[in-house]
Amino acid sequence: MKRRLLTGNAAAAWGARLADVDYIPAFPITPQTEIIETIAGWTDSGEMDASMVTMESEHSMITAAGTAAATGVRVFTATSSQGLLYAMEMLYTVAGWRAPFVLVNVSRALAAPVTLEPDHNDVLAARDSGFLQLHCSTCQEVLDGVLLAYRIAEDSRVRLPMIVNLDGFYLSFTREPVEVPTAKEAKAFLPPFDSKGMSFRASSPISQAVAVLGGGPYSYFRYETHLAALNALTVFDEAAEDFSKIFGRSYGSVESYRTEDAKYLFVMMGSFATKAREAVDRLRDEGWPIGLLRPRLVRPFPAEAIARLASGKEAVAVIDQNLSLGKGGVLFTEVSSVLYGQPGAPVMLSFIGGLGGRDISPEEFFEIAGVAKHAAKEGKAPPPRLLYTEDELKEVRKLQMIANVERGELEDEDE
Amino acid sequence: MKTSETRFKGMRDLPSAHLLGTGTAMCAGCGGLEVLHEIYDILGKKTVFVNAAGCMTLLSIYPFTPFRGSWIYTAMASAPAGAQGVRDALDTLKRKERMKPADDLKVVCLTGDGSAYGMGLSSTSAAIDRGLDFLYICYDNEGYGNTGQQFSAATPHGARTSTSMGPRGFPGSKKDLFSIWAANSPAYAATVAGAEPLDLARKIEKADTAKGPRLILALSPCPVGWGYDPKDSVEIGKLAVKTGIWPLKEYIDGKVVHTKIPKKRLPVEEYLKRQGRFAHLFEPVRKDDILKEIQAGVDAYWEGVEG
Ligand SMILES: Cc1ncc(C[n+]2csc(CCOP(=O)(O)OP(=O)(O)O)c2C)c(N)n1
Ligand code: SF4
Ligand SMILES: [Mg+2]
Repeated sequence: MKRRLLTGNAAAAWGARLADVDYIPAFPITPQTEIIETIAGWTDSGEMDASMVTMESEHSMITAAGTAAATGVRVFTATSSQGLLYAMEMLYTVAGWRAPFVLVNVSRALAAPVTLEPDHNDVLAARDSGFLQLHCSTCQEVLDGVLLAYRIAEDSRVRLPMIVNLDGFYLSFTREPVEVPTAKEAKAFLPPFDSKGMSFRASSPISQAVAVLGGGPYSYFRYETHLAALNALTVFDEAAEDFSKIFGRSYGSVESYRTEDAKYLFVMMGSFATKAREAVDRLRDEGWPIGLLRPRLVRPFPAEAIARLASGKEAVAVIDQNLSLGKGGVLFTEVSSVLYGQPGAPVMLSFIGGLGGRDISPEEFFEIAGVAKHAAKEGKAPPPRLLYTEDELKEVRKLQMIANVERGELEDEDE
Repeated sequence: MKTSETRFKGMRDLPSAHLLGTGTAMCAGCGGLEVLHEIYDILGKKTVFVNAAGCMTLLSIYPFTPFRGSWIYTAMASAPAGAQGVRDALDTLKRKERMKPADDLKVVCLTGDGSAYGMGLSSTSAAIDRGLDFLYICYDNEGYGNTGQQFSAATPHGARTSTSMGPRGFPGSKKDLFSIWAANSPAYAATVAGAEPLDLARKIEKADTAKGPRLILALSPCPVGWGYDPKDSVEIGKLAVKTGIWPLKEYIDGKVVHTKIPKKRLPVEEYLKRQGRFAHLFEPVRKDDILKEIQAGVDAYWEGVEG
């Protein structure tokens, strides 16, 4: 094992390299592009014995990834944001094929308005596709996550594609020290791909991905795929245990930080959860009984783990870095559905923040903690809150005003 | 390839047993199915068909399949990308010696015109750019058949479809997909008709031995969408060739060659009047202007060919 300073993107590329992937269909998009550029460098130099092909779109990229996996090779691919949405039809399709491969998504907020910075609306749009989802908050977790994802995706109890998610900019372009396993160590954890009969060969013809007629066979396949996705909870735990034996780093399906004696919890996913972690430490310094839960697995949803870790707490504040327009935070809904009606269910609070990379300040975390404490005392949650400061609003208003003045000047010139 | 080089010297040389199983969900008299039978018999079962959404998607319905070889259904837009993934995976497996060379397969896209001329054209174009070694079969029934024959980019001028029901039919004209391919130096491209099986067999033979992107564009008379008795499918196909509406040609070694030039072209009316989709050109009043337009288009085409 060797320590290197790697960006999240480079860590993802190293994950693919150490997984000894055979095939990488690709398409550029910010902030993911560095991943495929890094891999292209390695396939060109021969450091990676894989073939890479640049497709003309993400729709085609996921199609090729799916058919290649269905032919029996180990496939890696990556995208972001608009690319993930462009591929959406095929995400559902290849998951239905039960084609196991790994897709790294570098989260970036969705248009419109178009922007480059992150939030989780892109990856959550793929929530119901059948792709499993692993969310990372450090560069180390990205590399390790890619290796873990192959173990889970390819397991015969699962056999589904898996997304490994990292946040654009905050992780993709941030350098952190990362332990890079040797190829031998990686192989000890992740043996070569065994397609277990899923393949196209002259000597064993097969029709894959065929149509069904009627709800009977359709439901049969959908239920089977759902149950396979749920199997990934057990498979994740087993793989994580093996991983910790070989590499000494342990991963749970949910990261829980200082939760044991906590009365209040933050729940967040992705790299912004490290901000919540900071806030927990500072609040703890001041005597607050508060902790953090961070689901690593989002599909399958680690319902039992969350129920176990959150029940008995007084209040749980879910901070969603996404917004289901006309409803609210997606993670809030998911966590609430797990806790509702359970004995010892906490008061649930919903906050939206971090959209399009907007920062969440320590003061906002302190405020959220205060609101949670108050709600626990009242036994009643306040309405969901959209984090935004007066200063931010003033700044937008100021820009609008300047633009209006400039426009007026242009019009004057025209006259 | 000269006549002396083909194994299909006469009709007697055509395969007599069919590879594709029967009892599929295709309509009686389906011209697309006819052409697929003829092609499959020559390509053989060491093939993997990569299909796009369309009528043929219903060939394989779980848990049945008429294919002796392999098959995968993708989506409407991306069958050529699916072919790319399969081809690259097979090549990788061979290169890394994880598969016996004898297990290799020919990769074949099978899509309708809606995909080939429209939604799938971007992924087709990119597969050509990349020089993908695959055979693209487009069964051209000149409309979105599976969804009830709405007009597509392949619908001919004047044809009535379920989205061009007006008295003058489809106002646009058929896109020239063959030329789009030919302009990008494919390994091979040809038009075929199921009603001309010998011409078809020789072209499949050539397409099968070439390496790179290859197109077989097959006219596929569709009794349901075109409005005629299923027993007339072959007749309609023959008339399409005899009237010069469907030129049989191939692109090979950088040149377009016509493989069957009708000596004396029948008037296009002979073809049009046999189909319900053109009935409005004859009744209740004859639309001579449209008929003349169609005839003039065909005449101009052949003038260019015959020079
Ligand atoms: C993305 C998408 N849009 C629309 C459809 C609906 N659809 C299914 S088949 C079809 C028509 C395809 O036409 P064509 O390629 O000519 O094949 P044909 O039906 O004529 O065999 C359409 C529009 C679909 N399957 N996928
Ligand atoms: S609608 Fe036409 S093309 Fe489709 S199966 Fe029926 S006859 Fe064939
Ligand atoms: Mg069609």
